[in-house]
Amino acid sequence: MVNNTKHVKEPLVHLTRRLNVSPLFAWLIRIGAFILSILVCCIVSCILSPKVNFGSFFKYLFEGAFGSSKLVTTLLRDLAIYLILALAVTPCFQMRYWNIGGEGQAMMGAFGCSLVIANTAGKMPVWATIALSFAAALVMSVLWAVIPALFKAKWNTNETLLTLMFNYIAVCLGAFLIKKVEPKGTGILAFKEGTLSSLGVSDFWIIFLVAAVMTVFMYVYQKYSKHGYEISVVGESPNTARYVGINTKKVVIRTLLLCGLISGVAGYLLVSVKDSSFLSDSTTQSTVAGRGFTAVLISWLAHFHPLAMALTSFLVVFINRGATQVGNMARLGNSYAGMMVGIFFFFIIATEFFINFQIHFRAKAPAVPKEDRPAPAPEEPKPAEPGRE
Amino acid sequence: MKKMLIRIISVALAAVMLVACLASCGNSTDAKDEIVLPAFEGIEKQTVSGEIPETFKIGLICLHDKNSTYDKNFITAMEEVQAELGLKDSQVLISTGIPEGAECKDKAIEMAEAGCQVIIADSFGHESYMMEAAAQYPNVLFAHCTGTKAHTATDLNNYVNAFASIYEGRYLAGVVAGLKLKEMIDAGKITADKAKVGYVGAFTYAEVISGYTSWFLGVRSIVPEATMEVTFTGSWYDETAENNAAKKLISNGCVLISQHADSMGAPNACEEAGVPNVSYNGSTFSACPNTFLISSRINWAPYYKYLINCKVNGQTAVKDYIGTLKTGSVELTNLGAAVAEGTKDRIIETRNKLANGTLKVFDTSKFTVNGETLTKHLADVDDFGDYVGETNVIEGGAFVESKYRSAPYFDLKIDGITLLDEKYG
Repeated sequence: MVNNTKHVKEPLVHLTRRLNVSPLFAWLIRIGAFILSILVCCIVSCILSPKVNFGSFFKYLFEGAFGSSKLVTTLLRDLAIYLILALAVTPCFQMRYWNIGGEGQAMMGAFGCSLVIANTAGKMPVWATIALSFAAALVMSVLWAVIPALFKAKWNTNETLLTLMFNYIAVCLGAFLIKKVEPKGTGILAFKEGTLSSLGVSDFWIIFLVAAVMTVFMYVYQKYSKHGYEISVVGESPNTARYVGINTKKVVIRTLLLCGLISGVAGYLLVSVKDSSFLSDSTTQSTVAGRGFTAVLISWLAHFHPLAMALTSFLVVFINRGATQVGNMARLGNSYAGMMVGIFFFFIIATEFFINFQIHFRAKAPAVPKEDRPAPAPEEPKPAEPGRE
Repeated sequence: MKKMLIRIISVALAAVMLVACLASCGNSTDAKDEIVLPAFEGIEKQTVSGEIPETFKIGLICLHDKNSTYDKNFITAMEEVQAELGLKDSQVLISTGIPEGAECKDKAIEMAEAGCQVIIADSFGHESYMMEAAAQYPNVLFAHCTGTKAHTATDLNNYVNAFASIYEGRYLAGVVAGLKLKEMIDAGKITADKAKVGYVGAFTYAEVISGYTSWFLGVRSIVPEATMEVTFTGSWYDETAENNAAKKLISNGCVLISQHADSMGAPNACEEAGVPNVSYNGSTFSACPNTFLISSRINWAPYYKYLINCKVNGQTAVKDYIGTLKTGSVELTNLGAAVAEGTKDRIIETRNKLANGTLKVFDTSKFTVNGETLTKHLADVDDFGDYVGETNVIEGGAFVESKYRSAPYFDLKIDGITLLDEKYG
């Protein structure tokens, strides 16, 4: 006997959106994913090198991050730099303006700062060079942030592409500057005078304090200011924004101005405080060194919450520095730390998926054929209308 | 059923492709062996006297990792020294991928804090950062290879430079190339006026100029008519650029190529075109069995041992250490199967002459600059960033390279060499 009944196959897995996810549940999943990612890093490392075992992996990981007071301050300083860069792009994302040009904006800040130091150091009083270089950093960075915003406001161009391409233009401009200043140099501008660090201030404290102040500022700005409110309205619905009388174009440009200012500070701190030099070979071999791209991820993972961003940037720096130590001790080469950070990001991004969706697996029992399904219950006969006799 | 069949076929196809790929990646079977070149006989081996304390630590900061032949030389030498002296992994800290920027200073300080008594950095651009770290940790010995500033930094007693007289190694490699050229002329493959060799350089710095000039003088010692074209890539490691540069030289009519850049770009281009190649920093025989002639390299192990010996015994390390054939710092690899007959004996003979001083690489009677023989030349030995020469380096009828400082300062453009381009920084 031929069975002609058609089976409607239920898919092996199907997803439903979770509604009302409790924050506690979300954080438990995130912490779980973090631990899992470290364990996977550990297993991969053990496979890669016979010099690594479970114990030594964790020993080197923590040694590299917290091994001495010097290492802790370096870790916090690096964290602060990531945090400032992430804070810069955050209001743009809240507004759903996809600014992935934080890298280039900070690069241009560094560019402006270097331009002034290279031309005025030694010819002016130190304080004048410092003030001028700081102003130049802000101007260049704001310029780099606002140009794509103007294009967006005026012609509705795609800001994602424009800001991305601006990163590469910034690196080329930086390379051009270095060539101009030192045509026969080694490709890096080193500054002895005219920097904040030449005054003997601690790079750690300056960067750390600036980051702390900015974090608090951004928190208040987002949460309690009218600007912050306007940003969130524009982000959620531009139409609503228009109905309530918000000038969207103005908000976009104003927000990018703020973003440029913060990026400019980051660029300035990198040149004048942290490095005392300027490098611009490529997006990875430069003063900003790709941090602007990582900052985008840091901001997203923290759901644009400034305090949570401090945590995500801590995790990134921790894994990076810890893994570098593991890689050096096990002689695994330079790409190793990048790989570990990659594994970490992979897990954390996957986590967002599991927080937002629930997975249902097909039940073990065979799917019920269509015919056998209980027929929809016949409509209840309407109660007879009462007679009108 | 049909679906199953398709699956089986696709899996089978994938397997066949994998096997084919593996087979093609394996070594070809017609392996001609390389010719073993015995090590120089007169090496005065550096030893470490006295007990190395358990707490002793040495750090090495590298620009790239082992993928770059240049850094590989530093790392493998350190591993050899570690094994020879029986140091534990925790006593030998190696950091790779440290850019020529502030990160170098951070790393050096980190190593000093971790208890390293000797810290070595390997790239030219690391120098200023090493000096900054040295000023902060006067009890730690900071050594910088290829650096130029130690001899003028008289207030920094714990900061030293080192390099090797690798121009002697280059010269010997040039002799191997010259013998190959002569073989090609004798066999009628080329005429003597077509004896043009090519050189792929990284930057137009003294280190590279010194390298290609000594190599060229080696070639000319066998084939006096030889000329050379040089092109620069503007990077220490850029496989595509080096490959293209070698191809350009070959199409310009260069019949033999050498290089001073760190990737396999040029050797691979030569192997593809069947043009003999003199390598640098290590043998490329296994990848280029038909065209590899010889390679010179710096062995850093003697210097590491010298530094450890100084530190352990409380001696002061010299400001400028110059590794030579005698210290075992200048090494030649084995010869490739493609070299001309009699090369091995000729190299041993020339090597002995160089080592005992009867032969000088930069003998002024062997080259001219703008048609004239040099009697005086001011080189930029004291590096204050001014690029102005201040020290006369012509002594006793020769340009004395690596005497006034360890890093090369030969910056003359001698006749017979055409620079197709120049690249700085």
